[in-house]
This record gives sequence, structure tokens and C-alpha cells, in this order.
Amino acid sequence: MSDGGNGEDVVKVENLHKSFGDLEVLKGIDMEVDKGEVVVIFGRSGSGKSTLLRCVNFLEDPTSGTIEVSGLRLEGGHRTKGKREQVRQLRIKVGMVFQQFNLFPNMTVIGNVIEGPVTVKDARSMGLDLLAKVGLSDKAEEYPIRLSGGQQQRVAIARALAMEPEVMLFDEPTSALDPELIGEVLTVMKSLATDLHMTMMVVTHEMGFAREVANRMMFFHEGIILEQGTPDEMINHTKYPETKKFFEAVI
Amino acid sequence: MATQEMGAGETRPPATAPPGGSRREGLAQASARIPFRLKVGVVWLFIFVILGVLFALADFNIEWMRDHASFIVKGLRFTIQIAVLAIILAILLALLGALGRLSRNPIAYGVSGFYTSFFRGTPLIVQLFLIAFAVPQVIGNLGLPLNLKNALTLESSVAGVIALGLNYGAYMTEIFRAGIQSVGHGQAEAADALGMTYGQKMKRVVLPQAFRVIIPPTGNEFIAMMKDTALVSFIGISATEAEIFRRAQLVGNADFQPLEAFLLAAGMYWGLTAVFTFFQSRLERRISKGYVRGGPTGGKKTKVVGTSRGDGGLPAVFEEDVAGPELKGQGH
Repeated sequence: MSDGGNGEDVVKVENLHKSFGDLEVLKGIDMEVDKGEVVVIFGRSGSGKSTLLRCVNFLEDPTSGTIEVSGLRLEGGHRTKGKREQVRQLRIKVGMVFQQFNLFPNMTVIGNVIEGPVTVKDARSMGLDLLAKVGLSDKAEEYPIRLSGGQQQRVAIARALAMEPEVMLFDEPTSALDPELIGEVLTVMKSLATDLHMTMMVVTHEMGFAREVANRMMFFHEGIILEQGTPDEMINHTKYPETKKFFEAVI
Repeated sequence: MATQEMGAGETRPPATAPPGGSRREGLAQASARIPFRLKVGVVWLFIFVILGVLFALADFNIEWMRDHASFIVKGLRFTIQIAVLAIILAILLALLGALGRLSRNPIAYGVSGFYTSFFRGTPLIVQLFLIAFAVPQVIGNLGLPLNLKNALTLESSVAGVIALGLNYGAYMTEIFRAGIQSVGHGQAEAADALGMTYGQKMKRVVLPQAFRVIIPPTGNEFIAMMKDTALVSFIGISATEAEIFRRAQLVGNADFQPLEAFLLAAGMYWGLTAVFTFFQSRLERRISKGYVRGGPTGGKKTKVVGTSRGDGGLPAVFEEDVAGPELKGQGH
């Protein structure tokens, strides 16, 4: 578990608030994610879990609070012109995987993977290595439309990895997939955790995945972190009736 | 013939006479054996024959046509020139107009709103006359120095290009706006998440996808504009620089041969649009690359181009190479 301030934090969120008009979605979130830690975030829809993830790389501007990713610290509030470049610098440290994959349909698979800010000299061979990691070497020259949902999501993971991010954010990565395609995506995500020791924040309801690879689980309820702990603590010994009710609904 | 599956019950036994023995059924059966496309061809031929008869009755002078065709053909160059320059102007205005309509800046939004409203709300021929004859009046009364005034006095062909460009630009603003908006929000977010700058995001992700939506209707606008260049003839272009229709009017009126002259002009416009429609459909197929979920053969899509309604023939089915040449030879 994170104890904060040990210099190993990759992500640090302080007193994060986010409102959409009159609706306050996040009501003061404080959390740290250690290097190599896998944090699974879950809760009802509308509890603010996706909004937290989107605030971490400023796809949503936090109303107030602070986001820090591997030493780069940014305040919430209005995005000024000067802040725009800092936001971009922060995003380069963060890989994001979306529910709807969001691959670029006008580029091939390999084109998608090396489209981001790739720093190595031979981007193509690095891209092919990454495609091999997600099991899609033979699809490099295809266009995304010709792939299944599971394959597209694996390409999206490779695209995010190509930035060599400090942390990977997964926003319900398997929710848009047919049931038989979920396994292949989870397998790739597990290998990121176990083989690459990637720091990961995962919004998901896949409790099997959480039990297997999460170091910590967080239950979001009405804009706050109601409860957190190891998978065993959370799944088997939860203290809150809200959490218990949620588990009864999903398992 | 494999007509059995098509369900035309009465036509099933092809050799023997129909049981009813009525002439109607015999005809229907005979008709079923003729391909649909051949029938359509006959219809076209029939229309041309009727027109030919009508022209012959009107003392059609084919020699006059032959003698004056070359004069009218020389207008082709100016017709295309006006259309190309005007479509370039229209594309630039449409891009600016669309960005204005999507802007939160009140000046940009207001100016583009006025522009599209006025130029879509008034007839093209009126705009043409305004720019050719009314704008000089305004410029003439501004009290400008003479050389500047002369520089701002437009030649008829330039006025024509400006009027066509402004008018089509206003319509195409909507095409461009819809094209940019058709790119899903998730695409821009994915580009943001990869740390792209605004310029990179537009250039690499949003606009290429928007242009896929924008290009086909823009091609149609160009084809339509080529025909509207004929309106420019009304603002009096000199004979040496006249486009097709002006030339047809000049020689047709001089020799009292309007049928022959305008028929020549019509034929040339028709030929032009046929050529560009051909290129247009090729272009559309090319840019659908990456959006067609092909089968295992790769890039091939079966397209039903015509069905033979109720006459028992097989529907005409072709295989079209939808993906274009780039995808050929990539095994899947």
C-alpha cells in the first residue's frame, strides 16, 4: 500500500474536485500510486471513477486540486495558454486506453502504434516488437476496421505503450467488448503488470482480473473513495454495506 | 437459364408453350430472356431516335454544326478555368466558414453566419450581377485614387470567378462543418492523450478523417459548378475569352441556328460532367480505404448494381474493387 512521500509515487492526486455545472462528480480525492503498483478502481456508474482517470491526464480539467505525475505537478482550474504545453508534457508520461479503443481509422495498425511521440530511432521495429507483445504481429499492415474489438483494444494498448509511459490508465477497457473477446485483452493487461511491472490505474468491473493482479482496490461512491485495500480485504472483508451491495450486484 | 430460383413461377418451363396460351404470357416469357441492361439500352436508343426525328423536322443543319464546333470547343478551356479557380476560392472560403461556424469567437461566428446566410439566401445570378455591376458603383464612390480604383475594377471573368466562389463557398461551408463534426470526439481525445499539439491533432487525425467525408460532396459541387459557369456568359465576357455557352450564344444568334449551337453546348457540358463523374466515383472508392470491412479476399465488396424486377432474369452482380489499387496483392 502507498504510504505517500517515499519518492516512489508515480501518480499523486491531492484534494481533487471536479464539477460539471452544478453537479459535483469528484468531491476531494487524495491518492498516490506507487511505481509498479496496479490499482483497480471500481464503483457504480456516475461514482466518478472514469472522471478521476480523465482528470489525471487532463482530458478533463480538474475544477481544483493538484495532479502530479512523476515529478510534474499541475494545478487544476482554468487552462491558460501557458499551461497547455505543461499539460502536453504530462500526457506524454501517461498512456491511456479507452473503452471505445479510439484507434485512428485512417492509419494502419503499425501506423497507429508509432503515431504518438516515439523517441527511439527505429520506431517501426519498436512498433512491431510491441505488436508482438500483444500478439498481433501479423496484423501490422491492416486497417483497424478489419480487426475484432479485442484486437483493436490490444492495438490501443500497444499504441499507449509506445510512448514508454510512466503510468497506464485503463478506462473500462473491456466494457465495449463481446464476452468472448474480453479474455485476450485481460491477458495482455496481466502481462503488462507481471512481466513489465507497469504502473497501472484500471477502472474495471472484472473482479477476476482485480483478484489476480491488483495490489490495491478502490471503491468509489458518490465522488469519494469510500474504501480501499488489498483485493482480499475488499472482496472478502469489506466494511461498508455500499461495497458489499455492489459486489452482490456484479458477482 | 437459371431462372428457377428467382421465383418467377409462370416462366419455369422455357421450351413448351405457356398453359394459358395467352399472348401476354408469351411476351412476358420472351422478355425474361433479354438482359435488363440491353432493354435499358434500347430505351436510350429510342429516346435518341425520337430526338433525331424532331431535329430532322426542324431542318437540323449538321454542316453548320461541324463548321462551328471548333469555335465553341475553344470555350472549354475558359469554362474549366473559371470552374477550377472558383472551386479553389470556394474551398478556402468553406474551410474558413466552417471554422467560423464552429468557433466560440463572436466575430468569427457572426461573419461566417452573415456570409452563409446571404449567399445561400439570394440567387446566384443576382450575386453575379451585384459583383459585376453593383460593386464597381460602390468602389467608384469611395473617393479612392484613380490607380487603386482601376485595380479594383474587375474583369468580367474575374467577377464570375468571385461570384461562383462566394456562392459555392457558402454552401460548402455546411459540408466542411459537417465533415469536421463527423470525426468522433474520441479521436480528438486519443490524439490529446498521445500528447499531440492542436496542430498535429488537426493535421494527422481530425482533418484527414474529415476530408474523407468532405471530398465526395465537394466533387459533386465542382461538377455542379461547371454547369453554373454558363451563367457567367450574362455579364458579358469578351468573345476571345468566352466560355462554352457565351460562344454558343454568339454564333447561334449570329447565324440564326440556336438549335445547333445550344445542342453543341449542351453536349459539351454533358461530356464534361460525364468525365468528372467517372473520376469522382474512382476517388470515392479510393478514399474509402480503411473504412471498408472486407472479406477474406481483401478489399472486394459485392455490390448489386441492378435487379431485374419480376422478369425472371438474374440480378446483375459485379465484384467491385472497393479498396483501390493500393491494397491489391496484400494477402490476408
